[in-house]
Order: sequence, then C-alpha cells, then structure tokens
Amino acid sequence: MRLFVVVIAAYLVVALALPLYAMLSKSMLDPDGLFIGLANYVAYFRTPALVYSIKNSLFVGVLTTLITVTIAFLLAYALTRSRMPAKPAFKTIAMIPILVPSLLPGIALIYLFGRQGLINGMLFGHDIYGPIGIIIAEVFFTLPHALIIITTALSIADARLYEAAISLRASRTRIFFTVTIPGVRYGLISAAFVVFTLAVTDFGAPKVIGGDFNVLATDIYKQVIGQQNFSMGAVVSVVLLIPAGLAFLVDRIVQKKQVALLSTRAVALVPSRHRRFDNLMLGYAIIVSVFIVGMISVCQYAALVKFYPYDLSLGFTNYQFDLMDGGGWDSYFNSIEMATYTAVFGTVLVFCGAYLVEKAQGLGVVRGAFQFLAMLPMAVPGLVLGLAYIFFFNSPTNPLNFLYHTMAILVISTITHFYTVSHLTATTALKQMDAQFESVAASLKQPFYRTFFRVTIPVCTPAILDISIYLFVNAMTTVSAVVFLYSPHTTLASVAVLNMDDAGDIAPAAAMGMMIFYTAAGVKILHYLLSRGIEAKTQAWRSAVPT
Amino acid sequence: MTETFLRIQGLTKLFGSFAALSDISLTVFEGEFVCFLGPSGCGKTTLLRAIAGLDIQTQGTIEQDGKDISVLPPAQRDFGIVFQSYALFPNLTVEKNIAYGLESRRHQRVEIRKRVQELLTLVDLADQVEKYPAQLSGGQQQRVALARALATSPGLLLLDEPLSALDAKVRAHLRLEIKELQRRLKVTTIMVTHDQEEALTMADRIVVMNQGVIEQVGTPEEIYAQPATEFVAEFIGTMNLVPVQALPGSEYSGLGARFQVNHNELPAGSHAALAIRPEDVQIDQAGKAAGENTIQAKVDDLEYLGAFVRVTLVASGDQTRLQVDVSTNRFSELSLSAGSEVSIVLPPERILIYPRPD
Repeated sequence: MRLFVVVIAAYLVVALALPLYAMLSKSMLDPDGLFIGLANYVAYFRTPALVYSIKNSLFVGVLTTLITVTIAFLLAYALTRSRMPAKPAFKTIAMIPILVPSLLPGIALIYLFGRQGLINGMLFGHDIYGPIGIIIAEVFFTLPHALIIITTALSIADARLYEAAISLRASRTRIFFTVTIPGVRYGLISAAFVVFTLAVTDFGAPKVIGGDFNVLATDIYKQVIGQQNFSMGAVVSVVLLIPAGLAFLVDRIVQKKQVALLSTRAVALVPSRHRRFDNLMLGYAIIVSVFIVGMISVCQYAALVKFYPYDLSLGFTNYQFDLMDGGGWDSYFNSIEMATYTAVFGTVLVFCGAYLVEKAQGLGVVRGAFQFLAMLPMAVPGLVLGLAYIFFFNSPTNPLNFLYHTMAILVISTITHFYTVSHLTATTALKQMDAQFESVAASLKQPFYRTFFRVTIPVCTPAILDISIYLFVNAMTTVSAVVFLYSPHTTLASVAVLNMDDAGDIAPAAAMGMMIFYTAAGVKILHYLLSRGIEAKTQAWRSAVPT
Repeated sequence: MTETFLRIQGLTKLFGSFAALSDISLTVFEGEFVCFLGPSGCGKTTLLRAIAGLDIQTQGTIEQDGKDISVLPPAQRDFGIVFQSYALFPNLTVEKNIAYGLESRRHQRVEIRKRVQELLTLVDLADQVEKYPAQLSGGQQQRVALARALATSPGLLLLDEPLSALDAKVRAHLRLEIKELQRRLKVTTIMVTHDQEEALTMADRIVVMNQGVIEQVGTPEEIYAQPATEFVAEFIGTMNLVPVQALPGSEYSGLGARFQVNHNELPAGSHAALAIRPEDVQIDQAGKAAGENTIQAKVDDLEYLGAFVRVTLVASGDQTRLQVDVSTNRFSELSLSAGSEVSIVLPPERILIYPRPD
C-alpha cells in the first residue's frame, strides 16, 4: 500500500512540481541559457506595454467578478428560495457554459455585436472588441462556477434560524441581511475568488474578442507562440501565478469556514409560496436563460449560415473542416480520443490517489506533500502549466523527452490541470465512509484491496462517475494547457476552434465549437441516464426502506 | 392560575394523508408550566409549532389570551421560542442575539442595552456579552437562546426539547434553573420533551401524547400514580404489565392465580392488562406471606441500583417475569439470591386494570 502512495506521489512530482520548477528557473535564464537572476523580471516591468496588461487583467477580473457574482447570487436565490416552476430546467441551462470552450462566447459576441453583427446597434457605437466583449464572454464562461458555489451555500441554510428571526418579528429585509447574507458570506467570497481567477487566467475570450486590449493570458501566448521568447513567457506566467495563487489560498481558508457553519442539527429550509416574489424570480431566471441559450444559438446559427452576411442560406458547408487550417475532422476525433484517455486514466489515478491518502497509515510526510500537490493545480492556470511542460519535457536532457509531441503528454497535462476538483470529489466521497471499514476487514483477515473493490468502489460509484465525466468534458473544452503541447498529429478540436478563428474562418470555428458542445452535452446526458441506473444498483443501501 | 390562557379546540394537522395531530383539545392556564411528553413522532412538536404559527393546522382553533390566533402568522402572535438546536445567529454576539427581537420592535438603544443587561444577569451570563455563539458551551448557548426568547417579555414561552442536546449533568442543572426562572417570571410555558424525568420534575401539568392524540393530561403525581391508559402506564416509569382475564365479581385470573382488585367495570371474560409498579409489590420469604393476591415466585436476577435493588422474579404459576423494587435494607433482611423462593403480594389498592381488545 505504501508503495502505491509513493508511486502516485511521484506522478504528481513529475507532472506538476518539476515542470513548475523548470519554468521558474527558465524565467531567470537569458535566451542563451545563462543565469541572469531577476533581470528578466526587471526587463518585464520596464516594458510599459506588458505592465499595462496587468492593469487590464485586473480591470477585467474585478468587473467580471462583480457582475457574475451578482447574477449568480440572484439566480441561486431564485433556485433555492423561491417556488418558481421549472427549476431543474433553469439549473441545466445555467450549466451550459461549462460544456463549451471559452472561445465560443467570444465568437457569439462577434456575430451579435461585431462590425456586421446582428444587433450591433445596441452597443451605441462602442466596440465589442476589447474590454466590453471580454467581460461579457467571461461572465458567460464563469457563471456556472459561481452558481454552483452560491447555490450550495444557500441550500445549507438552517430553517430554525429563519423561524427564530420570524418569531422575533424581524422584517423580511432584516432577515435577509442578518440571516441570509451572513449564512452565504463564505460562499460569496469563495465564488468571487474563483470567478476572478478564471477571468484573469482565461485565454480563450480575450484571444477571440480582445482586439488590441492585451491581458496577461494573451501576453504569454504572444510571447511564446508569436515571438518565441520563452523566458519572457515564463516571467509573465510567474506574474499570472500570483493572483491565481492568492485567490486559491483565500478560497481554501474560506471553504473550511463554510464547512464549519454546517451544523448537524440544521433543519432544511423549505421555501413557502409568495406569488409576486416567485413570479419575479421566474422572470429573472428566464432572462438569464435567454442570455445563455441566445449565445449558444447564435453560434449554431453562425455555424449553419453559408457565408455571413452575404449568403444567409443554411447548410453544412462550414463543417467541411478538412478544407480549413486547424487539423480538420481529425482534430475532433483526436479530442474524443484524448478526452476518453483522460477520463479513464485520470479517474483511476485520482481515485486511487485519494483513497491511498485517506486510508494509508504512516508516511506522514509523503501524504502531506501529496495533499499539497493535489491542491496545487487549482492555483496553476492552464497556460502556465502548458508552458511549464514545454520547458520540462522538451529539454533534451530529460529522459521523459520522448513524451513530447505525443498524445500522452496531452493526456498527462489535462489530468494534472484538472486534478484538484477531481481529487476533492473523491476525497469527499471517501470521507463519508466509516474509517473503521479497513480495521474490520483486517480483523476478518481480508486484504485491503478486497474491501476496496467490494465496498469502497461500489459506495463511491456516483463520485467516480462524476470525476470521469468532469475530466472528459474539460478535456473536450480546454484550450489553455494543450495549446502549447499539441503536434501536427495530435491537433485538438478546441485548438482548431482557436486556429480557425485566428485564420479568419470564424464560421467553421463556431461549427467546431458546437461539435464540442454537442459531444459534451451528449456525454452529460449519458451520465445522467447511466447514474440513474447505477444508483439503483449500487446505492440501494442509502434509502431507509427496502425498494 | 385558574385563568385560561390558551385554548386549543379540535386541532388536526395532516401531512398528506398522515394525521400528525387528530382532534386535539387542550386548555392551558395562565402562569402554568405544561410539558408535552411522548415518544418521537407522537405529534408533540407539531402541536407546539401550530401554537407558534410556524406550521398552521389543517383544522381547529387556537385562542390565546382571549384572542383567536388560529391563522395569524408567527410575527403577529405573542410568544418566545427556544429550539432544540437553539438557532442562535452564528454571526452575532451574545448581546446582539438577545437584542435581536428588541431591535425589530424599534426600542430605544438605551432601553435595549438596559434590557439586555437585565436578561444577561437573569441567565447569569453577564461576562459573556461580546462572545459569539460558537465560543460558548452548550449550556451557555442554551441560556442565550432562553434570554433571547424572553427579551420581549412574551406572554407565552415555547421550549422545543431545549435540554436534549446537553450532557446529563448540565441538563439536570438547567432543568432546575429554567423551572426557577419560570416561577419567578410567572410566564406561561409549554415545553416539548421526550424525557419523562424532565417532564415529571419540571411541569405543573403533563400532556402525554401518542400517535397524534392526547392520552392523558394531569399533574406529575396523577400521571405517575393513576395512568389513564395502558400506553401511559407503560411509558411513564417502570410498570409490570401482565395479561389477565376478568372473572365474575372483582376478580381476575392471570399469573397462574386469581387476583382481587378494588373496583372492576369489565364484564367477565374480557381481556385486560394488570399493571403494578415494582415498588408497590410486597416481597417476603417463601411461605411467610399469605392471604389474598399472594403468589409464589423464584428470584431470577438481581440488579443493584444503590438505594434499592431491582429483583426480577419468575412467577411459579405461569413463568411470567415481574420486576420488584426492594429497599437495600429490606433486601439484606431477606438475604435474597438468584434461585431463592419467595412469596409476593400484589395489594388490591395498587393494582390498575386496562382493558385490551379481544
């Protein structure tokens, strides 16, 4: 058992710690590989154009955070505290942005508000290329993440607190500010930091719709892909690590406090009917849903229109990917292959890792280091990870050099990129299991792996399924890490969207983006059906009455 | 004390087709301490929540202080409530928690401070004002919840299992404290509990409930000595319950013998339960006791409980098991041990009879 712990810890060292170290040291080398200390950083901060990007990134991050958290809070409130109809439908619609690459909202905005956009008059002469476009796209992209966190925070409320306040004759407003808001404050803080990090480190939206408005994420890409200036790319990456790392730390601290608020004696709150309020919330949920479905529909429209805006007839000409740059249909199938490998190997690795860390005895230092490494990917933006992989795996002295430009490196980087959330899902599921199972098994003279297969895995099946779907969907949509790592043989659908957009083939880019959406959505639906079947089989013990 | 404060009539609460309360009628007098006692799921909390207006009843009326409050929302009723979980606002200090209800009623700030001070002294927490609920012990949290409920001087105090989350020692202490406080403030109080010791020690009157109906209303003495139904007899304290059959006259057959009781309304041949408390059974060495209601038995097990010994006997007639409490002194006189043969007497005036369906 200890051997396994060491093996999985070693994976994280190779796939995460060493590349990051390689990147840090690269940022202190000159183009010829000589150590020059912080000279690159000094040069960076003396370049006004680059420093300006920091300001731009912060601007986009702060505004996106304010807007997204507000929208998400109101929607979460509608979902948890009203009795409006069709809640599951609204919840599902709000999750759509998770299923598309962050490039897609940018493309939708071009069609809506671009120079020949469908409704560009609504911007009153403002340019969609720039901060306005980036922020709208980021709001779309970050909304589901904020919504999940805030909905969870709102739904753990203790009904008794509300009853106590009512009994003490507090008004609705007073109850809102003294009970509701304090109850979700950690959720709000956590959501704000998650949104901020996503918005600051995202590269898709500013790439597509940023125009001349440079941000940190696009700078890394331009330094590396455009100017082949790897050292400066590394410097920008380190700069980008700071806000992301900070946000991550705050989030961890706050999450712990949120959990502490959970009282075992809490009684679930069931909202009562208030016709006016319910209608108001319903209207709001419809507006948000129209925004989300609208963006996706515009992309679908863009993909089907033959030659916008000159020939508005519909057809599948834009789906002839093989005629365009970006890798053609192969890249779509590469993506499916990559996502499948990521889901299969990633789930095994993550779940075993979490199991071993939870259950193994001794090896305190290794397990501590493992926990730290498992949480670290959350703080590392995809672009930074991708760049770090170039430095580490492309080094001729690295015995793992053979991995470079293979499918394997794409899979490894994607698993690592999305390790943290998967690990937390697995850990949460494992923590719900009695810690004495292993002792019981030992007393019955059974080896640990028997309990693992007979009890642990069946009990945790829903979580295992969640992890694999999470990995699959993210592998389909991710651009940031893999954009530095793909080769001509391993082009990916999401990267194809980027490259086609770059080459001016926006309609085919939209078409490929929609292919990703349909694939991810299909997998999600499959997951839903599958988990219902599996739950009936493996989770029967959860219901008090035999079924 | 004889002024009616709360009048509940024909109260029914349905959850779907399940009747949590069926046709409850009850009167509570001013200044009285009433306990709703019963096993979990008996409807006692539902009744309390109906009185508070937190769950409005399906049918029936509630009058408080001469006013019909049946359909009023909680905010328009006059009560303070303490929940089992206390439901203290975790983000507010002790002081702010207690002042919460006063601020809702727009009292002057000076007035509020004064009232909070008064209450803190009342519950003996004057030195904890600035603390947050999580920094207090369970007993302290309980007292803050009590102070918060009493802050606005409500006419009715509702306590929903207020002591069940505490450990035994704190519980015993707070039991006295709450009772003392209630007597001093003369506030009409209703407490829900499943702990009969709590109900017996604290209440002026106990309402024993089971499956949505009231089984008995009475003082602790009445409930203990004269349980109205077999359910109450079994639920309160320890009771020997023996299946018997009525004979003509005031006699019953059971335990392989015949028993004389003081009064009997059951027709001959009907089935019933004979009930007698362990401390009411007289025990003697074999053959020493004689006369009516005497049977022979054998000691099966002895349980030493300090002031007395609980003796488990097996009746020689039909092997029914009976429990008898013997004071420690009497026990050493008798020098009993497992296997000893004894005679026991079931005094007719101590026997209770409950009819059973045939």
